[in-house]
Amino acid sequence: MIRLPKIIEIKGLTKHFPGVTALSNVDLEITQGEVHVLVGENGAGKSSLIKILCGIYQPDEGEILYLGNKYAPANTQDAIKSGIRVVYQELNLLSYMSVAENIFFERLPSKAGLVDFNKLYRDAKSMLDEVGLKISPRTPVHMLGIAQMQLVEIAKALSGDSKVLILDEPTATLTSKEINRLFEIIKRLKQKGVTIIYISHRLQETFEIGDRITVLRNGLKVDTRLTSEVTIPEIVKMMVGRDMASEYPYQESVKVGAEVFRVEELIYQGNDKPISFSVKAGEILGVAGLIGSGRTETMRAIFGADPKRSGKIFLNGNELVIKQPKDAVDGGICLLTEDRKGQGLILDMSCEVNTSLANLAGVSHSGLMEFRKEADVATRFVDELSIKTSSTKKWVRFLSGGNQQKVVLAKWLFRNCQVLIFDEPTRGIDVGAKYEIYMLLWKLAGQGKAIIVVSSDLPELMGISHRIAVFSNGKIAGEVMRDEFDQEKILSIAYREYLKIGSVKEN
Amino acid sequence: MNAKKILSLLLREAGIGLALLLLCVVFAVAAPRFASATNITNILTQISINTVISVGMTFTILLGGIDLSVGSVLALATIIAGKIITNPSFSVGTAVFLAVLGSMAVTMTCGLFNGFVSERWKIHPFITTLGMLNIARGAALQVSQSRTIFNFPEAFNVFGSLSFFGIPYIFIIAVVVVFVGRFILNRTVFGRMIYAIGNNEEAVRLSGHTPSFYKVLAYVLCGATVGLAAIMYMLRLNISSPILGVGFELKAIAAVVIGGTSMSGGKGSMVGTFLGACIIGVLDNGLILIGMGDFVRQIVTGLIIVVAVIIDTYRAKFSFKTEA
Repeated sequence: MIRLPKIIEIKGLTKHFPGVTALSNVDLEITQGEVHVLVGENGAGKSSLIKILCGIYQPDEGEILYLGNKYAPANTQDAIKSGIRVVYQELNLLSYMSVAENIFFERLPSKAGLVDFNKLYRDAKSMLDEVGLKISPRTPVHMLGIAQMQLVEIAKALSGDSKVLILDEPTATLTSKEINRLFEIIKRLKQKGVTIIYISHRLQETFEIGDRITVLRNGLKVDTRLTSEVTIPEIVKMMVGRDMASEYPYQESVKVGAEVFRVEELIYQGNDKPISFSVKAGEILGVAGLIGSGRTETMRAIFGADPKRSGKIFLNGNELVIKQPKDAVDGGICLLTEDRKGQGLILDMSCEVNTSLANLAGVSHSGLMEFRKEADVATRFVDELSIKTSSTKKWVRFLSGGNQQKVVLAKWLFRNCQVLIFDEPTRGIDVGAKYEIYMLLWKLAGQGKAIIVVSSDLPELMGISHRIAVFSNGKIAGEVMRDEFDQEKILSIAYREYLKIGSVKEN
Repeated sequence: MNAKKILSLLLREAGIGLALLLLCVVFAVAAPRFASATNITNILTQISINTVISVGMTFTILLGGIDLSVGSVLALATIIAGKIITNPSFSVGTAVFLAVLGSMAVTMTCGLFNGFVSERWKIHPFITTLGMLNIARGAALQVSQSRTIFNFPEAFNVFGSLSFFGIPYIFIIAVVVVFVGRFILNRTVFGRMIYAIGNNEEAVRLSGHTPSFYKVLAYVLCGATVGLAAIMYMLRLNISSPILGVGFELKAIAAVVIGGTSMSGGKGSMVGTFLGACIIGVLDNGLILIGMGDFVRQIVTGLIIVVAVIIDTYRAKFSFKTEA
């Protein structure tokens, strides 16, 4: 193999935080024009490494050479000026400004002190073409889907003439079609000589797109390998430091009982098609479909998070009138929202507060908080779900994604609902934590709960569900039983209703 | 409360506590009269009313809201209470009792209006309470025919000037209100909801609660403190007037903000608010004693509010960075 020039050379990088060593003596070389994949469990040090590269953190020891020169950005601006940019998992766009303004926000073209909108829209159009996004640059960002926003972020990153593009979990919210398009774009960028550092928990796709893969564990670099010379099980083993029996536990022993939960002719706001389905005790119902196909909308309407136009919901044969989330929770239905940080957690409050949030009656007496009890409850769930935190008093903001999700789980477990709806429960979570969440789902199923899991990760759904309901364009286009699970079959159902209209809606 | 808890509380409030101490020392040195017993009694009397209103204001600001109507509502409450207390058909005891009741009823109704309108039609409380600011002032002028009410019962007037070893009774009331406020905020389910809603209302809603209920309640509670403050003001001035309380809302907001409560909600404490009110009171008094003119005093007070908030942002950043 021809040795290409190194663009980034990291030597002995170390970063400490109070009580934790995030990175310990890490050496890493990034070759010009490669797609270099970083994997590791949450807390392995990936984010710290990225944050040092883009100037948010400063290393305690070690140095970085960038294009042969010493590189020590003091802040994000420095990094951007040098040509290193990150597209974060949490998108940082200004919702009510246009796509064009977002792309060129840092340096709007001006003429005589005024924004030159003609040039702005022209330039933005060419950037959008570059990433293959066919929308008007005048569109306000809040009208876009998540996948489109992601592409706008990438366009923004590219507009600054970046040499190194760091993609942090870019596919977490995308459907497989959107992922394919993203990969096309990555390949094109690569041909242009842009170096890409790619972070993802989805190992399958990292093999598809990556040239080399580096595994981090507990702040140490385990190894860097060519993706062509290593297998997924080997990588997983490097990541978790042990063999895992299987990626998806499926437990035959769990008995599926009688019907517990039924939704009849539900029409959510903005839709005109009735949706009906039911879930049995101990059953895990997978819900598949493209983003915008109505899966999340339906779940939110059931839960009362968004208004619904019509429809009935039955629990154990009795109708539940749900006008707001309170009605659903009181009735025994809970929803883990897809937006964990924005809607599931109170980030600047402790693990204890978050755990008791849905069941304050359980930690209070005649209106007064019982803090001892609350602390005990939190400690119990921290142990039970092996949530990694130095204290139950610590703000959940400082926990890793997987541990944050476990706190949300703890909240609903403490509430003890009979029907649990999980919307993207494993998004942006590492392999180890994913496995623990699957095991927990099975434990709940074993207790006779009715479980609904919405996910964009089809292999995951096929791995854990008894049955999969496939949404397509606002209705359930089909249901597939476990013994008939087949990726292509499910995908074809997911697209079915869009094809009927004659064209696939741009998503 | 054990020693460790007291220490951590001190540390958390230390910045502002130290600032208060420093101010006192500076004034005591610059103006010998500042530390005299009479002047201390005077300061304690002056800060009592703002302290009580600020306790109520803390609840609304913790929710990310605000109550601009407190000054006008206070004026309206003094008018209503003044009409009751000067009604000759009541005995003194009954008159005072009914006056307190009337004052609280008026202010809590105004609070209910503020909270309900803001929540029912999702109007920012800034607007709703700005409306109430005008409504209540107008009502006070209308009801009183813009006349001042005096001739309160003698016993009532005397109580207002009584003190217990130099500590005025109305200050003792204010301290009790601070402690009750702190208890509600830190120990009750309602207080927990206030912090939680201020931090992330949507997460609270999706956890099966009705945030609107708690928000409306917070405005009613804020109203209650104003009702009490109105009676305390009458005890002090021995009059009711429709032009009382102008600018009280700004003073209360300043106390809350100096006390470290975030205007975007979710973070802050009652002890901080109390210290904030103390700082404002000490400044008002001390600056006069060192001979500063009225205009310059306003400039200095304004600057100190801004500086206090700037310091607080550094404190927040610092505590943020030290967490891993």
